[in-house]
Amino acid sequence: MAFDKLELNETEVWDGNHAAAQALRQAQVDVVSAYPITPSTAIVEGYAKFKSDNLVEGEFVMVESEHAAMSGCIGAAAAGGRVATATASQGLALMAETLYQASGMRLPIVLNIVNRALAAPLNVNCDHSDMYMVRDSGWIQFDAFNPQEAYDLNLIAFKVAEDHDVRLPVVVNQDGFLTSHTAQGIHPLSDDDAFNFVGEYKPMNDMLDFEHPVTHGVQTEEDWHFEHKARQHADTMNIVPGKIDAVFAEFEKLSGRKYNQIEEYNMDDADVAVVCMGSSVETAREVAGEMREKGIKAGVVGIRVLRPFPFAKIADVLKDIKAVAALDRSAPGGAAGALFNEIAGSLFNTDSKMLLSGYIYGLGGRDLTKKHLVDLYTELQANADAGKLLTQQQQFIGVRGPKLAFL
Amino acid sequence: MANTGWDEFEIGAMLRTFEGEAGDIAGTRQEDRHYTENSSFCASVADWRIEKPVYNKDFCIDCQFCWVYCPDVSIISRDKKMIGVDMDHCKGCGICVEVCPTNPKSLLMFPEQADEETVIASWPTKEDKEK
Repeated sequence: MAFDKLELNETEVWDGNHAAAQALRQAQVDVVSAYPITPSTAIVEGYAKFKSDNLVEGEFVMVESEHAAMSGCIGAAAAGGRVATATASQGLALMAETLYQASGMRLPIVLNIVNRALAAPLNVNCDHSDMYMVRDSGWIQFDAFNPQEAYDLNLIAFKVAEDHDVRLPVVVNQDGFLTSHTAQGIHPLSDDDAFNFVGEYKPMNDMLDFEHPVTHGVQTEEDWHFEHKARQHADTMNIVPGKIDAVFAEFEKLSGRKYNQIEEYNMDDADVAVVCMGSSVETAREVAGEMREKGIKAGVVGIRVLRPFPFAKIADVLKDIKAVAALDRSAPGGAAGALFNEIAGSLFNTDSKMLLSGYIYGLGGRDLTKKHLVDLYTELQANADAGKLLTQQQQFIGVRGPKLAFL
Repeated sequence: MANTGWDEFEIGAMLRTFEGEAGDIAGTRQEDRHYTENSSFCASVADWRIEKPVYNKDFCIDCQFCWVYCPDVSIISRDKKMIGVDMDHCKGCGICVEVCPTNPKSLLMFPEQADEETVIASWPTKEDKEK
Protein backbone atom coordinates (compact mmCIF):
# COMPACT_ATOMS: atom_id res chain seq x y z
CA MET A 1 0.00 0.00 0.00
CA ALA A 2 1.47 3.29 -1.09
CA PHE A 3 1.47 6.37 1.07
CA ASP A 4 2.33 9.99 0.34
CA LYS A 5 5.35 11.85 1.61
CA LEU A 6 5.27 15.38 2.99
CA GLU A 7 7.39 18.22 1.72
CA LEU A 8 8.52 19.99 4.90
CA ASN A 9 9.90 23.51 5.13
CA GLU A 10 13.38 24.09 6.50
CA THR A 11 11.69 25.66 9.50
CA GLU A 12 8.27 24.45 10.65
CA VAL A 13 6.26 25.92 13.52
CA TRP A 14 5.32 22.90 15.64
CA ASP A 15 4.51 22.34 19.26
CA GLY A 16 6.06 19.40 21.11
CA ASN A 17 3.10 17.12 20.49
CA HIS A 18 3.01 17.77 16.75
CA ALA A 19 6.77 17.41 16.59
CA ALA A 20 6.50 13.95 18.17
CA ALA A 21 3.64 12.97 15.83
CA GLN A 22 5.70 14.02 12.81
CA ALA A 23 8.60 11.90 14.04
CA LEU A 24 6.29 8.86 14.36
CA ARG A 25 5.10 9.49 10.79
CA GLN A 26 8.62 9.76 9.42
CA ALA A 27 9.74 6.61 11.28
CA GLN A 28 6.93 4.74 9.43
CA VAL A 29 5.62 3.15 12.59
CA ASP A 30 3.72 -0.09 11.95
CA VAL A 31 1.32 0.06 14.90
CA VAL A 32 0.13 2.85 17.18
CA SER A 33 -2.16 1.50 19.87
CA ALA A 34 -3.43 4.43 21.89
CA TYR A 35 -5.87 5.93 24.33
CA PRO A 36 -6.13 9.72 24.61
CA ILE A 37 -5.21 11.71 27.70
CA THR A 38 -4.34 15.38 28.23
CA PRO A 39 -1.77 16.73 27.44
CA SER A 40 -0.48 13.88 25.22
CA THR A 41 -3.58 13.38 23.06
CA ALA A 42 -2.38 15.45 20.12
CA ILE A 43 0.50 13.04 19.47
CA VAL A 44 -1.66 10.01 18.72
CA GLU A 45 -4.43 12.19 17.28
CA GLY A 46 -1.84 13.67 14.95
CA TYR A 47 -0.68 10.21 13.91
CA ALA A 48 -4.31 9.18 13.29
CA LYS A 49 -4.77 12.24 11.10
CA PHE A 50 -1.66 11.31 9.13
CA LYS A 51 -3.15 7.86 8.61
CA SER A 52 -6.49 9.22 7.42
CA ASP A 53 -4.58 11.53 5.06
CA ASN A 54 -2.67 8.55 3.63
CA LEU A 55 0.63 9.78 4.99
CA VAL A 56 1.37 6.56 6.89
CA GLU A 57 0.54 2.94 6.18
CA GLY A 58 0.63 1.68 9.76
CA GLU A 59 -2.26 0.48 11.87
CA PHE A 60 -3.94 2.78 14.36
CA VAL A 61 -5.63 0.76 17.10
CA MET A 62 -8.15 2.56 19.29
CA VAL A 63 -8.38 0.73 22.61
CA GLU A 64 -10.42 1.03 25.80
CA SER A 65 -7.71 2.11 28.26
CA GLU A 66 -4.04 2.92 28.61
CA HIS A 67 -3.47 -0.57 29.99
CA ALA A 68 -4.88 -1.91 26.73
CA ALA A 69 -2.90 0.64 24.72
CA MET A 70 0.45 -0.64 25.97
CA SER A 71 -0.80 -4.23 25.82
CA GLY A 72 -1.56 -3.68 22.15
CA CYS A 73 1.90 -2.22 21.66
CA ILE A 74 3.47 -5.23 23.37
CA GLY A 75 1.57 -7.67 21.16
CA ALA A 76 2.46 -5.76 18.02
CA ALA A 77 6.11 -5.47 19.04
CA ALA A 78 6.34 -9.17 19.86
CA ALA A 79 4.76 -9.91 16.49
CA GLY A 80 7.59 -7.97 14.89
CA GLY A 81 6.49 -4.39 14.21
CA ARG A 82 7.79 -0.90 14.86
CA VAL A 83 5.49 0.37 17.61
CA ALA A 84 4.82 3.62 19.46
CA THR A 85 2.22 5.34 21.61
CA ALA A 86 1.81 8.30 23.97
CA THR A 87 0.28 8.94 27.37
CA ALA A 88 0.55 11.03 30.55
CA SER A 89 -0.16 11.08 34.25
CA GLN A 90 -3.17 8.94 35.24
CA GLY A 91 -2.95 7.13 31.92
CA LEU A 92 0.65 6.20 32.60
CA ALA A 93 -0.37 5.02 36.06
CA LEU A 94 -2.90 2.65 34.51
CA MET A 95 -0.29 1.60 31.96
CA ALA A 96 2.38 0.95 34.60
CA GLU A 97 1.89 -2.81 34.92
CA THR A 98 2.41 -3.38 31.22
CA LEU A 99 5.55 -1.20 31.13
CA TYR A 100 7.38 -3.82 33.15
CA GLN A 101 6.12 -6.50 30.73
CA ALA A 102 7.47 -4.54 27.76
CA SER A 103 10.96 -4.08 29.18
CA GLY A 104 11.21 -7.61 30.59
CA MET A 105 10.16 -9.00 27.21
CA ARG A 106 12.88 -6.81 25.63
CA LEU A 107 10.48 -5.19 23.16
CA PRO A 108 11.61 -1.97 21.43
CA ILE A 109 8.53 0.22 21.93
CA VAL A 110 8.70 4.03 21.93
CA LEU A 111 6.44 5.74 24.47
CA ASN A 112 5.96 9.49 24.58
CA ILE A 113 5.17 10.66 28.10
CA VAL A 114 3.92 14.23 28.17
CA ASN A 115 4.71 14.93 31.80
CA ARG A 116 1.74 15.86 33.96
CA ALA A 117 0.96 15.82 37.68
CA LEU A 118 -0.71 12.83 39.31
CA ALA A 119 -4.01 13.31 41.17
CA ALA A 120 -5.20 14.05 43.81
CA PRO A 121 -5.97 16.89 43.54
CA LEU A 122 -6.71 16.37 39.87
CA ASN A 123 -4.40 18.46 37.72
CA VAL A 124 -3.61 18.50 34.00
CA ASN A 125 -0.45 20.59 34.17
CA CYS A 126 3.22 19.76 34.18
CA ASP A 127 5.29 18.13 36.81
CA HIS A 128 7.50 15.05 36.70
CA SER A 129 5.65 12.75 39.08
CA ASP A 130 4.55 10.51 36.20
CA MET A 131 8.11 10.34 34.87
CA TYR A 132 9.40 9.43 38.33
CA MET A 133 6.68 6.85 38.92
CA VAL A 134 8.01 4.59 36.16
CA ARG A 135 11.71 5.44 36.43
CA ASP A 136 12.57 1.92 37.64
CA SER A 137 10.40 0.12 35.09
CA GLY A 138 13.37 -0.98 32.99
CA TRP A 139 12.75 1.47 30.14
CA ILE A 140 15.43 3.72 28.72
CA GLN A 141 14.28 7.27 29.48
CA PHE A 142 15.08 10.39 27.45
CA ASP A 143 14.03 13.89 28.41
CA ALA A 144 13.30 16.66 25.89
CA PHE A 145 13.60 20.24 27.06
CA ASN A 146 11.78 21.77 24.05
CA PRO A 147 9.75 20.75 20.96
CA GLN A 148 12.81 20.39 18.68
CA GLU A 149 14.27 17.87 21.10
CA ALA A 150 10.93 16.02 21.37
CA TYR A 151 11.13 15.54 17.59
CA ASP A 152 14.80 14.57 17.49
CA LEU A 153 14.63 12.23 20.48
CA ASN A 154 11.71 10.29 19.00
CA LEU A 155 13.78 9.43 15.93
CA ILE A 156 16.78 8.64 18.14
CA ALA A 157 14.59 6.50 20.41
CA PHE A 158 13.61 4.05 17.65
CA LYS A 159 17.21 3.62 16.56
CA VAL A 160 18.43 2.93 20.10
CA ALA A 161 15.51 0.69 21.11
CA GLU A 162 15.58 -1.48 18.00
CA ASP A 163 19.33 -2.19 18.07
CA HIS A 164 19.61 -5.96 18.50
CA ASP A 165 22.12 -5.53 21.32
CA VAL A 166 19.69 -3.21 23.12
CA ARG A 167 16.11 -4.37 22.51
CA LEU A 168 14.70 -2.23 25.30
CA PRO A 169 11.72 0.14 25.15
CA VAL A 170 12.35 3.88 25.30
CA VAL A 171 10.38 6.69 26.92
CA VAL A 172 10.64 10.18 25.46
CA ASN A 173 9.57 12.68 28.11
CA GLN A 174 8.50 16.24 27.42
CA ASP A 175 6.84 18.78 29.71
CA GLY A 176 3.06 18.91 29.50
CA PHE A 177 1.83 22.19 27.95
CA LEU A 178 5.17 23.96 28.57
CA THR A 179 6.67 21.91 25.74
CA SER A 180 3.78 19.91 24.32
CA HIS A 181 1.61 22.93 23.54
CA THR A 182 4.27 25.58 22.93
CA ALA A 183 4.81 26.15 19.21
CA GLN A 184 8.38 26.92 18.25
CA GLY A 185 10.46 26.98 15.11
CA ILE A 186 11.58 23.42 14.37
CA HIS A 187 14.11 22.20 11.86
CA PRO A 188 12.84 18.80 10.77
CA LEU A 189 14.70 16.29 8.65
CA SER A 190 13.25 15.43 5.25
CA ASP A 191 11.04 12.34 5.22
CA ASP A 192 13.75 10.35 3.44
CA ASP A 193 16.57 11.50 5.71
CA ALA A 194 14.55 10.78 8.84
CA PHE A 195 13.52 7.30 7.72
CA ASN A 196 16.98 6.42 6.48
CA PHE A 197 18.36 7.48 9.86
CA VAL A 198 15.94 5.28 11.79
CA GLY A 199 16.28 2.53 9.19
CA GLU A 200 14.12 -0.41 8.17
CA TYR A 201 12.80 -2.33 11.16
CA LYS A 202 14.83 -5.47 11.72
CA PRO A 203 12.71 -8.08 13.50
CA MET A 204 14.13 -10.26 16.26
CA ASN A 205 12.41 -13.29 17.78
CA ASP A 206 9.19 -12.11 16.12
CA MET A 207 6.07 -14.19 16.41
CA LEU A 208 5.34 -13.75 12.69
CA ASP A 209 8.47 -15.75 11.85
CA PHE A 210 6.57 -19.00 11.39
CA GLU A 211 9.73 -20.99 10.68
CA HIS A 212 10.88 -20.26 14.26
CA PRO A 213 7.84 -20.43 16.54
CA VAL A 214 8.43 -18.59 19.82
CA THR A 215 6.50 -18.12 23.04
CA HIS A 216 6.71 -14.58 24.45
CA GLY A 217 5.90 -13.53 28.00
CA VAL A 218 6.72 -16.80 29.73
CA GLN A 219 6.56 -17.43 33.45
CA THR A 220 9.66 -18.02 35.56
CA GLU A 221 9.76 -18.37 39.32
CA GLU A 222 12.66 -18.39 41.77
CA ASP A 223 14.55 -20.60 39.35
CA TRP A 224 15.00 -18.13 36.44
CA HIS A 225 13.40 -14.74 37.15
CA PHE A 226 16.54 -13.36 38.82
CA GLU A 227 18.79 -14.28 35.88
CA HIS A 228 16.46 -12.53 33.41
CA LYS A 229 16.39 -9.35 35.51
CA ALA A 230 20.16 -9.50 35.97
CA ARG A 231 20.68 -9.80 32.21
CA GLN A 232 18.37 -6.85 31.58
CA HIS A 233 20.19 -4.67 34.10
CA ALA A 234 23.61 -5.72 32.80
CA ASP A 235 22.65 -4.82 29.23
CA THR A 236 21.16 -1.52 30.40
CA MET A 237 24.31 -0.59 32.32
CA ASN A 238 26.99 -2.07 30.03
CA ILE A 239 25.64 -1.80 26.50
CA VAL A 240 22.98 0.93 26.35
CA PRO A 241 25.12 4.01 27.23
CA GLY A 242 27.56 3.33 24.40
CA LYS A 243 24.74 2.70 21.94
CA ILE A 244 23.04 5.95 22.95
CA ASP A 245 26.29 7.87 22.41
CA ALA A 246 26.76 6.24 18.99
CA VAL A 247 23.24 7.14 17.88
CA PHE A 248 23.65 10.68 19.25
CA ALA A 249 26.85 11.01 17.18
CA GLU A 250 25.17 9.70 14.04
CA PHE A 251 22.29 12.11 14.55
CA GLU A 252 24.69 15.03 14.94
CA LYS A 253 26.36 14.11 11.67
CA LEU A 254 22.98 14.21 9.94
CA SER A 255 21.37 17.21 11.63
CA GLY A 256 24.16 19.23 13.21
CA ARG A 257 22.36 18.94 16.54
CA LYS A 258 24.48 17.40 19.27
CA TYR A 259 22.95 15.45 22.15
CA ASN A 260 24.67 14.20 25.30
CA GLN A 261 23.60 11.99 28.18
CA ILE A 262 23.94 15.07 30.35
CA GLU A 263 23.73 18.54 28.82
CA GLU A 264 26.28 20.91 30.35
CA TYR A 265 25.90 24.69 30.23
CA ASN A 266 28.68 26.96 31.49
CA MET A 267 30.03 24.11 33.60
CA ASP A 268 33.73 24.35 32.69
CA ASP A 269 34.61 26.93 35.36
CA ALA A 270 31.39 26.91 37.41
CA ASP A 271 31.40 27.28 41.20
CA VAL A 272 27.68 26.59 41.61
CA ALA A 273 25.31 24.52 39.48
CA VAL A 274 21.69 23.56 39.08
CA VAL A 275 20.74 20.05 37.93
CA CYS A 276 17.23 19.77 36.51
CA MET A 277 15.05 18.36 33.74
CA GLY A 278 12.44 19.48 31.23
CA SER A 279 11.74 23.03 30.19
CA SER A 280 13.27 24.27 33.46
CA VAL A 281 16.70 23.57 31.95
CA GLU A 282 16.23 26.41 29.48
CA THR A 283 15.06 28.83 32.20
CA ALA A 284 18.04 27.85 34.35
CA ARG A 285 20.45 28.40 31.45
CA GLU A 286 19.10 31.92 30.93
CA VAL A 287 19.44 32.75 34.63
CA ALA A 288 22.90 31.14 34.83
CA GLY A 289 24.06 33.52 32.10
CA GLU A 290 22.67 36.49 34.00
CA MET A 291 24.28 35.35 37.27
CA ARG A 292 27.68 35.48 35.56
CA GLU A 293 27.13 39.21 35.03
CA LYS A 294 26.67 39.46 38.81
CA GLY A 295 29.94 37.67 39.41
CA ILE A 296 28.49 34.26 40.31
CA LYS A 297 29.98 31.47 38.21
CA ALA A 298 26.76 29.58 37.60
CA GLY A 299 26.26 26.46 35.50
CA VAL A 300 23.44 24.12 34.54
CA VAL A 301 23.34 20.35 34.05
CA GLY A 302 20.29 19.05 32.21
CA ILE A 303 19.55 15.34 32.51
CA ARG A 304 19.03 14.10 28.93
CA VAL A 305 19.13 10.39 29.79
CA LEU A 306 17.39 9.60 33.07
CA ARG A 307 17.76 5.84 32.60
CA PRO A 308 20.31 4.36 32.49
CA PHE A 309 21.32 7.14 34.89
CA PRO A 310 24.69 8.61 33.84
CA PHE A 311 26.36 8.16 37.24
CA ALA A 312 29.96 8.51 36.03
CA LYS A 313 29.23 11.55 33.89
CA ILE A 314 27.39 13.25 36.76
CA ALA A 315 30.25 12.50 39.14
CA ASP A 316 32.75 13.84 36.62
CA VAL A 317 30.97 17.11 35.88
CA LEU A 318 30.06 17.87 39.50
CA LYS A 319 33.11 16.67 41.40
CA ASP A 320 34.81 20.11 41.52
CA ILE A 321 31.65 22.21 41.83
CA LYS A 322 31.34 23.86 45.24
CA ALA A 323 27.56 23.89 45.64
CA VAL A 324 24.95 22.01 43.61
CA ALA A 325 21.15 22.16 43.65
CA ALA A 326 19.10 19.11 42.62
CA LEU A 327 15.72 20.29 41.32
CA ASP A 328 12.97 17.69 41.61
CA ARG A 329 9.57 18.44 40.07
CA SER A 330 7.74 15.69 41.93
CA ALA A 331 6.30 15.38 45.42
CA PRO A 332 8.97 13.34 47.18
CA GLY A 333 6.53 11.32 49.30
CA GLY A 334 8.54 11.14 52.49
CA ALA A 335 12.05 11.03 51.04
CA ALA A 336 14.65 13.18 49.35
CA GLY A 337 13.92 13.99 45.72
CA ALA A 338 14.94 11.36 43.16
CA LEU A 339 17.53 13.55 41.45
CA PHE A 340 18.97 14.48 44.86
CA ASN A 341 19.37 10.80 45.64
CA GLU A 342 20.90 9.89 42.27
CA ILE A 343 23.39 12.77 42.42
CA ALA A 344 24.27 11.99 46.03
CA GLY A 345 24.78 8.34 45.02
CA SER A 346 26.98 9.38 42.10
CA LEU A 347 29.40 11.34 44.31
CA PHE A 348 29.16 9.65 47.71
CA ASN A 349 32.23 7.42 47.46
CA THR A 350 34.38 10.04 45.76
CA ASP A 351 36.74 12.73 47.05
CA SER A 352 34.31 15.45 46.00
CA LYS A 353 33.52 18.08 48.65
CA MET A 354 30.45 19.24 46.71
CA LEU A 355 27.65 20.65 48.86
CA LEU A 356 24.32 19.22 47.65
CA SER A 357 20.91 20.67 48.41
CA GLY A 358 17.56 19.52 47.06
CA TYR A 359 14.68 21.68 45.90
CA ILE A 360 11.10 20.59 45.27
CA TYR A 361 9.47 22.92 42.75
CA GLY A 362 6.78 23.41 40.16
CA LEU A 363 4.23 20.82 41.29
CA GLY A 364 1.03 20.76 39.26
CA GLY A 365 2.33 23.27 36.74
CA ARG A 366 3.41 25.97 39.21
CA ASP A 367 5.85 28.23 37.33
CA LEU A 368 9.54 28.12 38.06
CA THR A 369 10.35 31.84 37.66
CA LYS A 370 13.67 33.49 36.94
CA LYS A 371 13.39 35.11 40.39
CA HIS A 372 13.27 31.63 41.98
CA LEU A 373 16.46 30.68 40.19
CA VAL A 374 18.24 33.95 40.98
CA ASP A 375 17.50 33.36 44.68
CA LEU A 376 18.57 29.74 44.33
CA TYR A 377 21.92 30.53 42.73
CA THR A 378 22.49 33.23 45.36
CA GLU A 379 21.81 30.66 48.07
CA LEU A 380 24.22 28.19 46.43
CA GLN A 381 26.95 30.86 46.29
CA ALA A 382 26.41 31.57 50.01
CA ASN A 383 26.81 27.84 50.71
CA ALA A 384 29.96 27.76 48.61
CA ASP A 385 31.41 30.80 50.39
CA ALA A 386 30.62 29.37 53.82
CA GLY A 387 31.97 25.95 52.90
CA LYS A 388 28.89 24.32 54.40
CA LEU A 389 25.13 24.11 53.85
CA LEU A 390 23.41 27.16 55.32
CA THR A 391 19.97 25.72 54.64
CA GLN A 392 18.32 22.40 55.27
CA GLN A 393 18.93 19.76 52.59
CA GLN A 394 15.40 19.81 51.18
CA GLN A 395 13.46 23.00 50.48
CA PHE A 396 10.21 23.73 48.71
CA ILE A 397 10.26 26.72 46.39
CA GLY A 398 7.31 28.61 44.92
CA VAL A 399 4.75 27.29 47.41
CA ARG A 400 2.53 29.68 49.42
CA GLY A 401 2.59 29.72 53.21
CA PRO A 402 5.38 29.39 55.78
CA LYS A 403 8.81 28.31 54.52
CA LEU A 404 9.00 24.53 54.04
CA ALA A 405 12.35 22.85 54.62
CA PHE A 406 13.40 19.40 55.80
CA LEU A 407 16.31 17.10 56.45
CA MET B 1 20.43 -26.06 32.15
CA ALA B 2 20.34 -25.89 35.95
CA ASN B 3 23.69 -24.08 36.05
CA THR B 4 23.00 -21.71 33.14
CA GLY B 5 24.14 -18.18 34.07
CA TRP B 6 22.37 -14.89 33.40
CA ASP B 7 24.59 -14.31 30.37
CA GLU B 8 23.96 -17.68 28.75
CA PHE B 9 20.42 -17.51 27.40
CA GLU B 10 18.55 -15.49 24.78
CA ILE B 11 17.21 -12.12 25.93
CA GLY B 12 13.54 -11.55 26.63
CA ALA B 13 10.99 -13.67 28.40
CA MET B 14 10.73 -16.06 25.46
CA LEU B 15 11.16 -19.71 24.65
CA ARG B 16 11.52 -21.47 21.34
CA THR B 17 9.31 -24.43 20.44
CA PHE B 18 11.58 -26.25 17.98
CA GLU B 19 15.27 -26.79 17.41
CA GLY B 20 16.00 -25.09 14.08
CA GLU B 21 13.31 -24.38 11.52
CA ALA B 22 9.79 -25.63 11.96
CA GLY B 23 9.57 -26.88 8.35
CA ASP B 24 6.48 -28.89 7.33
CA ILE B 25 5.25 -28.99 10.89
CA ALA B 26 1.61 -29.71 10.04
CA GLY B 27 2.75 -32.75 8.08
CA THR B 28 5.07 -34.01 10.83
CA ARG B 29 3.79 -36.19 13.66
CA GLN B 30 4.50 -35.04 17.22
CA GLU B 31 6.95 -37.86 17.90
CA ASP B 32 8.98 -36.85 14.85
CA ARG B 33 9.17 -33.11 15.61
CA HIS B 34 12.33 -31.48 16.95
CA TYR B 35 10.86 -29.99 20.10
CA THR B 36 13.22 -28.07 22.37
CA GLU B 37 13.43 -29.10 26.00
CA ASN B 38 11.54 -25.87 26.72
CA SER B 39 8.49 -27.01 24.76
CA SER B 40 5.64 -28.15 26.98
CA PHE B 41 5.59 -31.30 24.84
CA CYS B 42 8.76 -32.36 26.65
CA ALA B 43 7.29 -31.73 30.10
CA SER B 44 5.14 -34.34 31.82
CA VAL B 45 2.10 -33.18 33.77
CA ALA B 46 1.09 -36.74 34.64
CA ASP B 47 1.46 -36.05 38.36
CA TRP B 48 -1.35 -33.48 38.14
CA ARG B 49 -3.84 -36.35 37.72
CA ILE B 50 -5.91 -37.87 40.51
CA GLU B 51 -8.03 -39.94 38.15
CA LYS B 52 -7.02 -41.23 34.74
CA PRO B 53 -8.99 -42.15 31.63
CA VAL B 54 -8.75 -45.81 30.56
CA TYR B 55 -9.44 -46.61 26.91
CA ASN B 56 -11.29 -49.79 25.96
CA LYS B 57 -10.97 -50.35 22.22
CA ASP B 58 -13.68 -53.04 22.18
CA PHE B 59 -16.45 -50.42 22.21
CA CYS B 60 -14.79 -47.53 20.35
CA ILE B 61 -16.34 -46.44 17.04
CA ASP B 62 -13.52 -43.98 16.14
CA CYS B 63 -15.90 -41.05 16.13
CA GLN B 64 -13.03 -38.76 17.20
CA PHE B 65 -15.21 -36.86 19.69
CA CYS B 66 -12.58 -37.31 22.43
CA TRP B 67 -9.84 -36.15 20.03
CA VAL B 68 -11.83 -33.03 19.17
CA TYR B 69 -12.76 -32.13 22.73
CA CYS B 70 -9.55 -32.93 24.64
CA PRO B 71 -8.23 -29.55 25.85
CA ASP B 72 -4.66 -30.83 26.10
CA VAL B 73 -4.30 -32.55 22.73
CA SER B 74 -3.74 -35.78 24.64
CA ILE B 75 -5.85 -38.15 22.55
CA ILE B 76 -3.60 -40.00 20.12
CA SER B 77 -5.32 -40.68 16.84
CA ARG B 78 -3.76 -41.84 13.59
CA ASP B 79 -5.64 -41.88 10.27
CA LYS B 80 -8.82 -41.24 12.24
CA LYS B 81 -8.27 -44.39 14.30
CA MET B 82 -8.20 -43.92 18.07
CA ILE B 83 -4.96 -45.31 19.49
CA GLY B 84 -4.96 -44.23 23.11
CA VAL B 85 -4.24 -41.45 25.55
CA ASP B 86 -0.96 -39.48 25.90
CA MET B 87 -0.48 -40.07 29.60
CA ASP B 88 2.38 -37.55 29.85
CA HIS B 89 0.05 -34.67 29.04
CA CYS B 90 -3.40 -35.86 30.16
CA LYS B 91 -4.39 -33.99 33.31
CA GLY B 92 -7.34 -36.26 34.08
CA CYS B 93 -10.10 -33.73 33.41
CA GLY B 94 -12.54 -36.40 32.19
CA ILE B 95 -13.90 -34.48 29.20
CA CYS B 96 -13.08 -37.38 26.84
CA VAL B 97 -15.26 -39.66 28.98
CA GLU B 98 -18.04 -37.07 29.10
CA VAL B 99 -18.23 -36.76 25.30
CA CYS B 100 -17.78 -40.47 24.48
CA PRO B 101 -21.07 -41.53 22.80
CA THR B 102 -20.79 -45.33 22.89
CA ASN B 103 -22.75 -47.60 25.18
CA PRO B 104 -20.97 -48.64 27.30
CA LYS B 105 -18.45 -45.81 27.06
CA SER B 106 -15.08 -46.58 25.50
CA LEU B 107 -13.30 -44.27 27.97
CA LEU B 108 -13.93 -44.30 31.72
CA MET B 109 -12.20 -42.57 34.64
CA PHE B 110 -10.46 -44.69 37.27
CA PRO B 111 -8.17 -43.88 40.22
CA GLU B 112 -4.63 -43.16 39.04
CA GLN B 113 -3.36 -46.36 40.73
CA ALA B 114 -5.97 -48.65 39.08
CA ASP B 115 -4.60 -51.55 37.01
CA GLU B 116 -5.63 -51.15 33.37
CA GLU B 117 -6.11 -54.87 32.57
CA THR B 118 -8.19 -55.38 35.70
CA VAL B 119 -10.58 -52.50 35.01
CA ILE B 120 -10.97 -53.49 31.36
CA ALA B 121 -11.79 -57.06 32.47
CA SER B 122 -14.59 -55.71 34.66
CA TRP B 123 -15.80 -53.04 32.17
CA PRO B 124 -19.51 -52.11 32.58
CA THR B 125 -21.99 -53.72 30.20
CA LYS B 126 -24.45 -51.98 27.88
CA GLU B 127 -27.00 -49.91 29.76
CA ASP B 128 -30.66 -50.15 28.82
CA LYS B 129 -31.99 -46.91 27.40
CA GLU B 130 -34.51 -45.16 29.60
CA LYS B 131 -37.96 -45.15 28.08
